[in-house]
This record gives sequence, structure tokens and C-alpha cells, in this order.
Amino acid sequence: MAGSGLVDQLKKQLEAFTASLFSEGFLDDQFTQLQQLQDESNPDFVVEVVSLFFEDSERLLNELAKALDQQNADFTKVDAHVHQLKGSSSSIGAQGVQRACIAFRNCCEEKNIEGCLKCLQLVKQEYTLVKNKLQTMFKLEQQLLAAQRTSFPM
Amino acid sequence: MAISTPSSASSGSSMAALMENGDQLPHVLAVDDSVIDRKLIEKLLKNSSCKVTTAENGPRALEFLGLGDHDRHNSLEKGNVSKVNLIITDYCMPGMTGYDLLKKIKESSVMREVPVVIMSSENVPTRISKCLEEGAQMFMLKPLKQSDIKRLKCHLMNSGN
Repeated sequence: MAGSGLVDQLKKQLEAFTASLFSEGFLDDQFTQLQQLQDESNPDFVVEVVSLFFEDSERLLNELAKALDQQNADFTKVDAHVHQLKGSSSSIGAQGVQRACIAFRNCCEEKNIEGCLKCLQLVKQEYTLVKNKLQTMFKLEQQLLAAQRTSFPM
Repeated sequence: MAISTPSSASSGSSMAALMENGDQLPHVLAVDDSVIDRKLIEKLLKNSSCKVTTAENGPRALEFLGLGDHDRHNSLEKGNVSKVNLIITDYCMPGMTGYDLLKKIKESSVMREVPVVIMSSENVPTRISKCLEEGAQMFMLKPLKQSDIKRLKCHLMNSGN
């Protein structure tokens, strides 16, 4: 049956893709915690939390760029922003971003402007990667849901 | 499977007493400056059958508890005293830290019996002992998981507070 065949295919694709995010170190167990919290009373919980993470991260990355663009960068301020980003990435299980933030904090402690600028680039890279991965995952979920609705019309 | 508390347990604001009272869900006030963490803690607590109110900083939390600055002049207005059974707060917050908030709560004759739990992403032993000495019930490491909330509930029920 074409219907359920497509559903199975999409399911396998989604499972494989999601598994790769863990094995490649983009996500850690905390993301699984988020998935386990989602239920019928809040079926979009993961998407909602991740969307908040995207917004918040983009805000922080902008603040960081601004703070490091100053003549005498305020490293305490920079560190405070990195601490926040480290916290939120840890809370959703975005392991790559979290690790990049830990390295960033070391540069802040050393008050090393060159180091900090490099770290900011690395954090940005990790963030962009995980954002793309998560958006792809959500797309696959949507495709699966749509196929399930077509195969098993209620 | 209720765990019975000794009859000499203090006021009904303790989690244990409330959990025996099947009519009411425990009401938790969660304080955190991170919007992501607020959403996460809210879901964790709701999944554990708690009623949840969130606050984004210490001053807002105090206002909700009826301990805000302007409330001092209205000490006769007890009508607004929230029936909060547990306060869980982040440690690192700009302005008033979780530790500052803890102190204010313990200074209040009305709120001091309410258990306060501190959360932090950093495992700093001096920070932990400072909070416990000031009267925090527990210190929890972030990021929080469902197992942490289970452990929290068990701890609060067994402490016979």
C-alpha cells in the first residue's frame, strides 16, 4: 500500500536523521528529555522551546558582536552573555553550542580580544549548524504527520 | 501510597501536608531570568501535577508573594498572601540573585516556612553551602530533568517540613 509505505519510509528517515544528530554531537541527552516532556496537552512543546532558543540565541549573538566591537571591550559583560547562551544551549541539549561557549568563557577570563572574536565565530558556526539540523528535523516530522493523516484518514 | 507526616509537622504550607490533601495541587513559584528555562521548569512541574507560576526575576517573585516594596505598607492586607507551597529559583540572575531572594523570603514571617530550592548551572561548593546555610531546602544542578523533579518531591515529602 503506497500510503503506509510512504509513512514507513518517512519514519525511518526521521529516525535515522535524529539519531545522526546525537551521534554527531549536535544534541545530547537533554534534548531527549525535552522530547519526553512533550505530550497531548502540549504537542508542540519541543518546537516551542527550540523556537525560543533560536530567538534568544540570535539576540545574544548580536549582543556579543556589539560588545566585542568596542574599543575597550567589557569582558564581564561579554562573559555574562556567553554564560546565558551556555545555559540555554545546555537546557535544550545543544551540545555543540554549549561546548563552544565553555571555550569562549576561558577567553573571556583571559581578557583576550582576539581569542574572544575567534570564539564568537565558532559559537556562531555551531549555532547555525544545529539550527539547520533542527529545522530539517522539524520539516521531516511535518512530512511524516502529513503522510500519516493521508494514509489513515479518520 | 501517601507517606504520613508526623502530627507535629508545621503549618499546612508544607509540600507533604498538601500532597496528602488530594483536593489541591501543590502550587510552585519558579523564578528564572531565562525564558527557555522558565518554559522547561514549568513543563517539568506541570507533568508532575503541580500548579505553576513563573517569575522572571526576584523583585517580581517578591511582588507575587506579597513581599514587594509597596506591600510593606499594606501589612494588614493579608488577602494577597499567596498559597505557594514551594519556591524554586535560579541562582545567577542579574540584580537580585537567587541567594538574595532566598534571604528575603527567610526574613519574612509569613513566607519563611515555604521551602526554597536553588538551581544553578554551576557546581560551586561554597555557593551550595552558602544557600543551604541560609535555609534553602535543596540545591539542584541545571539542566533539570524529570528525575530531578521526582527526587525533589521525594525529598520534600520525607523532610517532614
